[in-house]
Amino acid sequence: MGRYSILIGFFILIGVFAVVLDRMGKGEYNPRNIPTEFIGKTAPEINVPDLYNESEIVRSKDMLGKVWLFNVWGTWCPECWREHKYLLELQQEGITIIGLNWRDEAAEAKAMLTRLGNPFAKIGFDPNSNVAMDWGVYGAPETFLINAEGIVVEKHAGGLTPAVWQQKFQKHFNSL
Amino acid sequence: MIPEIGHFALILALCLAVIQGVIPLVGAQKRYSSWIEVAFPAALGQTLFITISFICLTYAFMVDDFSVGYTARQSNTELPMMYKISAVWGGHEGSLLLWTWFLALWSAAVVLFSKTMPLVMRGRVVAVMGLVSVGFLLFTLLTSNPFDRIFPVPLEGRSLNPLLQDIGLIIHPPMLYMGYVGFSVAFAFAIAAMLGGRLDSAWARWSRPWTNIAWVFLTIGIALGSWWAYYELGWGGWWFWDPVENASFLPWLVGTALIHSLAATEKRGTFKAWTVLLAVFTFSLSLLGTFLVRSGVLTSVHAFANDPERGIFILIFLGVVVGCSLALYTWRAPQIRSAVKLNMLSREGGLLMNNILLVITAASVLLGTLYPLVLDALGAGKISVGPPYFNALFVPLTIPIAMLVGVAALARWKQDSVERLGKKLMVPFVISVLLGTLLPVTLLDEVKWGAVVASILAIWITLTSLQGVIDRVSGKQDKWQALRNTPRGFYGMSFAHFGIAVFVMGITLTTLYSTEKDIRLVKGESYSIGDYTFVFHGVQSVEGPNYKASEGRFTAQYKDEVIAELNSQKRLYNAGGMPMTEAGIDAGFWRDLYVSLGEPLNNQGAWSVRIYHKPFIRWIWLGAVIMALGGLLAATDRRYRQAVKSAQQEQAAMAGAA
Amino acid sequence: MNILKFVLPLIASLVFMSPAMAKVETHDFASEQIEKDYNQLVAELRCLVCQNQNLADSNAELAQDMRAKVYKMLNEGSSKDDIVDYMVVRYGDFVMYRPPVKSSTFLLWFGPLIFFIVAAMVVVSYIRNQRGNREPVVDQQQQKKAHSLLDDEER
Repeated sequence: MGRYSILIGFFILIGVFAVVLDRMGKGEYNPRNIPTEFIGKTAPEINVPDLYNESEIVRSKDMLGKVWLFNVWGTWCPECWREHKYLLELQQEGITIIGLNWRDEAAEAKAMLTRLGNPFAKIGFDPNSNVAMDWGVYGAPETFLINAEGIVVEKHAGGLTPAVWQQKFQKHFNSL
Repeated sequence: MIPEIGHFALILALCLAVIQGVIPLVGAQKRYSSWIEVAFPAALGQTLFITISFICLTYAFMVDDFSVGYTARQSNTELPMMYKISAVWGGHEGSLLLWTWFLALWSAAVVLFSKTMPLVMRGRVVAVMGLVSVGFLLFTLLTSNPFDRIFPVPLEGRSLNPLLQDIGLIIHPPMLYMGYVGFSVAFAFAIAAMLGGRLDSAWARWSRPWTNIAWVFLTIGIALGSWWAYYELGWGGWWFWDPVENASFLPWLVGTALIHSLAATEKRGTFKAWTVLLAVFTFSLSLLGTFLVRSGVLTSVHAFANDPERGIFILIFLGVVVGCSLALYTWRAPQIRSAVKLNMLSREGGLLMNNILLVITAASVLLGTLYPLVLDALGAGKISVGPPYFNALFVPLTIPIAMLVGVAALARWKQDSVERLGKKLMVPFVISVLLGTLLPVTLLDEVKWGAVVASILAIWITLTSLQGVIDRVSGKQDKWQALRNTPRGFYGMSFAHFGIAVFVMGITLTTLYSTEKDIRLVKGESYSIGDYTFVFHGVQSVEGPNYKASEGRFTAQYKDEVIAELNSQKRLYNAGGMPMTEAGIDAGFWRDLYVSLGEPLNNQGAWSVRIYHKPFIRWIWLGAVIMALGGLLAATDRRYRQAVKSAQQEQAAMAGAA
Repeated sequence: MNILKFVLPLIASLVFMSPAMAKVETHDFASEQIEKDYNQLVAELRCLVCQNQNLADSNAELAQDMRAKVYKMLNEGSSKDDIVDYMVVRYGDFVMYRPPVKSSTFLLWFGPLIFFIVAAMVVVSYIRNQRGNREPVVDQQQQKKAHSLLDDEER
């Protein structure tokens, strides 16, 4: 009796590992990915000066009634440069994007936007990660989708591409 | 050309391993002694070819052959030669080849040093090791070939992570792997015993020295890893309960239980089934460690960057090896079960309790290591399990183990009495409680109860070990003769247990009484911790073979007397990357003084500096070294090295029996 | 498998800075207790961009900012629990190296105790079922042979 239980226990363990590997293979499980705490919750406040205008404070509250994207980026982040073009496309389609310039030099950030174009309606300047921490951000780029009631409905860590948009964000826009 | 030879040699080794694994087992079953004897030249041949393969890979590194993908990823032309060679095992493919090579070396050692063992047993052991080799060689050749060429050939390699450009890389992985792989011998012995359907004390006697030596290597390997992390990483830590660290600690815990269980099986014929199970578990944990570290399921700085495809292979391998072993156990357990009565109040009883505690500790560490992984993969949440958890469970478990060390070593085999044992233990108990409380209270400025507990336990272990030696000479006329006649194994045991005492003191005192300060210093300024003063003499630029550095110079004073010069460098390697800090350490028996240069705080020469006073930290590794020494003494006991005439008689009898 | 090749580079492209050396930051601590609390917190909080390091040992920029936050909150009078809660609200249980005690971690925290009970039950049942066992009978000749084999002077 006891000897069988060891054998069975072992195969359960192997089974668990097999499930883990399978999920990793399918991309459903990634040890490095930290899921966001804010889905279904009220969007955190931003409350920092705009990159271009220090006297203007960027606030989540001001966005109530609108559906908007919150995009965290920095000039030091290669993937941010790559997704920039698509952000411009989204802006052309009428989607409001509020940016957060994270841990960056203001001059360099402005230079990048001058060079590539500015898809953002407003840009919060966050050199100390205060806003990033409030939103549970741990890398760049990250993009959040907030509905008209101010609730976070989706988040994507990594560059925004048409494929990601289709898979994760499109459906929310259709229902909003 | 050379890498191709290396590759081809591996394929040949695989063929030989298959022969080594399959034919002798069939021969043992059918009692064809000529088939069994195939194992030995096959094993030696396999060793030869894997050695050739390893030399070829090393050669590729030594001549900077970047057409070999692995070399380009791990090395570059500016590396000093010794790091080029140790870079061979710096990555997944090469370290796997190292594993495989060591497995072959251990097989060859078994072939060469077990000639007096019965043929059937010997053949089975070597054959099982051959089967394990088949698995590793297949894994290497199919998924992790170090000899894969790349095109176009880069002019310069990517270079070895500066953290690994250190003597630690030269010795830590080889020692560790010798330990991991060495337990495959104990495993093979266990399988051989189960296949044969009988297990006697002679089997335990054959198995013990191999198991002890593997344990010695693993102990040293883990201690080296801890020591290396301490001085290399620059933050004074020496153990983080990182999953990869745990992967090495698990086989150590269960291996320790194994060597004690083997002692009982040899001496009294008890615990046969459990010894076999422990042998299977120890090696299974080695394999599990391999899986965890190389499959990408765990997040760790030590883990090799890998894809799940390799993980699937290792998982299947693990499932087959351990699954078959456990199935064999399930089938054969009734036959190998001990028929000897166990009395709990005896040395065996003490060993049993000790082993239970060790296995529970191992199970708990395994639980803590795997839990976040399983929880996350099943979508039930993402948590972290770190030092707070492991320390919370490890400390309460170590205390009873430390208490038992003394009791079990003095208890009689077979049956002891409360009176006799009580009388024997009373004096050490009283002294250790008194002295253990007195010493910390008088010597330490701030008394923490942890220090008192540790002192009591350490003195308890020391005294009971000494009591054992005293027992050997009491009542004897010629004390020296009695000491000389004492088997080496006994000294090994006493030493190893004493090593635990030293280890416990080191860990407790350094954890409770270390001081760490991050401060701001300008040239000429000093800072004091207790009776020690650190004077900062400013920073100068220096150049190394493949880096440029800012070197901070310090002198350490004890009560106004200069005792040491400490230099700490902040290095920027030519190959790029983040700056790396080399700490300046004044190592001492009673304490370490540790200085780490931080960042420049302004342009007038102010720097942030980290200063440590770490009491008794060397005792941690000293304790481990003493333990290893004890294990070595035990493994080289005379009775294992004697060629016994009757063994040959046994051999003939077993070969003839149906 | 293909999706993995797609996803992993995306994740990897999030800039993870994970060198191994902790930056030496100097702080002026208002009291020894605050210094102790700070050291304990940065040791028990996890660096989110590193491969298994705590805030104390990480040089990553986010870790620096998190340490600064911890320092700031301690000086403003927050308790250790407040600060841990602050981080957990934003990053989840993952950010603590001390796992929480909740229903999903019940097995984790009580596992060792369960192991202990199971082990005790196994031993007790083993000892009880020993009725069939007997003492081994060893005759003189076998004993002599055993002694010469083992060359043991014990007892």
